[in-house]
Amino acid sequence: MTARNWDRTLVYGGAFLLAAWVIVPFYLIALSAFSRPDDVFTYPKPLLPVALSTETMDFFLRSRGVFASVLNSIAVAVITIVLGLALGAPAGYALARFAFPGRSGFQLIILVTKMFPVAILSIPLAVTFLQLGLYDNILGVALIHTAMALPFIVLVTAGVFAGVSNELEEAAMTLGCSRFTAFLRVALPLALPGLAAAAIFTFVISWNEVFAATILTLRQRTLPALVLGALNDSPLYFKFAGGFFMVLPAIVFIFFMRRYLLNLWGAR
Amino acid sequence: MRARTEELLPFALLLPAIVFLVLLIVIPMVQALFLAVQADSGELTTDYLNRMTVDTNFSDAWRNTLLLLVLIVPLQIVLALAMALLVHSRIRGHAWFLYVYAIPLAISDLAAGILWLAVFTERGYLNTVAQGVGAIDTPRVFLSFESFPSLLAAIVLAESWRATAIVMVILVAGLQLIPRDFFEAADLFGASRIRRTIHVVLPLLRPSLQSALIIRTIFAFQTFAVVLALAGRNMPVIAGEAYAWYANNRNPHVAAAYAILLLLFTMVATVLYLRVLGLREAEVKR
Repeated sequence: MTARNWDRTLVYGGAFLLAAWVIVPFYLIALSAFSRPDDVFTYPKPLLPVALSTETMDFFLRSRGVFASVLNSIAVAVITIVLGLALGAPAGYALARFAFPGRSGFQLIILVTKMFPVAILSIPLAVTFLQLGLYDNILGVALIHTAMALPFIVLVTAGVFAGVSNELEEAAMTLGCSRFTAFLRVALPLALPGLAAAAIFTFVISWNEVFAATILTLRQRTLPALVLGALNDSPLYFKFAGGFFMVLPAIVFIFFMRRYLLNLWGAR
Repeated sequence: MRARTEELLPFALLLPAIVFLVLLIVIPMVQALFLAVQADSGELTTDYLNRMTVDTNFSDAWRNTLLLLVLIVPLQIVLALAMALLVHSRIRGHAWFLYVYAIPLAISDLAAGILWLAVFTERGYLNTVAQGVGAIDTPRVFLSFESFPSLLAAIVLAESWRATAIVMVILVAGLQLIPRDFFEAADLFGASRIRRTIHVVLPLLRPSLQSALIIRTIFAFQTFAVVLALAGRNMPVIAGEAYAWYANNRNPHVAAAYAILLLLFTMVATVLYLRVLGLREAEVKR
């Protein structure tokens, strides 16, 4: 082989090896989730899908509290999306359109909250929520999830609105639209795909969040809170099914959001 | 009048987000501080801080959190750098590789812990493969307190697997800021891929590397569910102790003390990050 060929082999070999490192655990958890509950005791494990069964997943989905917790997770995520976009999109729009004093200060706030361990604040919040009647309430969980997602929503929406030409809005305004109707009729429809991506990412943040959901709930568990609470006293196959079920939407959603990945973490 | 409303508009748009962040972050932060040093009667006390520090798990929690940090972060930087360079080199299918490498970005640490549990249990896939190739005769126990090194290794692998994606995305974004000419110039002078990476790419990527490093350091302080999924209570970590004091021992005061501890370290790292950022802006202007 020539040096050039060696180089290519090395590069592609490395790329596929790293891809395998990412993908193989997904394959193994799918394999575990779709074998029979008794198969967790089988050894050696079959590495190929030779004995697929939906028994384990059936068991998981029919276990006490699982269905309700999935509904709770979805409800929390939806409230978080609505609240997060309502609070974050205007801020993103302001960052994209206006130069104003304090702009860089606000960007700093966003940067700091992006990295801030918000979940840990669920301990003092639990005490407050208890007094407000928000403890063990999906709304309370959604509030803290919104605080976590907000900086990301501001960043993505700022990027989205920056990509929608301001001239179009200005043209609409010279044609008699107010700024608000110009936004509603011109900028918003163009920004819709980007806003959908922001909503999807918010869903992922909320769907995955464990710490705050566990601290702030007792019976109104979200799915991760339920699985975490059951770690000590649930059989392995329950955990595997739960792990698979939690991972599934994430894979699908990240696919729809892949164009905006660099905005989320790449942006300074 | 109209011009005045136009001037105020950006502030009106920002206000709801700022008010919300004050209510959900600034106020609870102050509350956490009071919870940690104030008894229910209202008296100031160091009891809770004492109870935290004399607890048998305290020093373990500290040591383990730092140990994980020191092991995970460099591994992630190396893996992420390899991924980012491959994606950036525009090999065929680079968009697909970027997507695959980024998938764990959407995985919770709890789910990641469970995924790797399937690998590391006694009747799991690692033992199956190891015995299949003849490396071991009987299945090993990886995830017990008695086999601390392999327990640690399992957590390091699971957490590196999950959180490398964030670092990778930061580095890819950083690479895109480097003008293509730099790469071409290096090629022109006959630099090999490795020499080019070391002498041209890495120095230019330093700002991104630094921010990735610090973001990951901050996040590593919060490592929690992945440890719980793989090790149970066998490996105490700071965030896990906060959770245990709140949920199991029903003592929000000591839990808040742990929370304050975590916040303190986050702030130190954040200040560091901002200093790095200041440096970065200066570099961009240069």
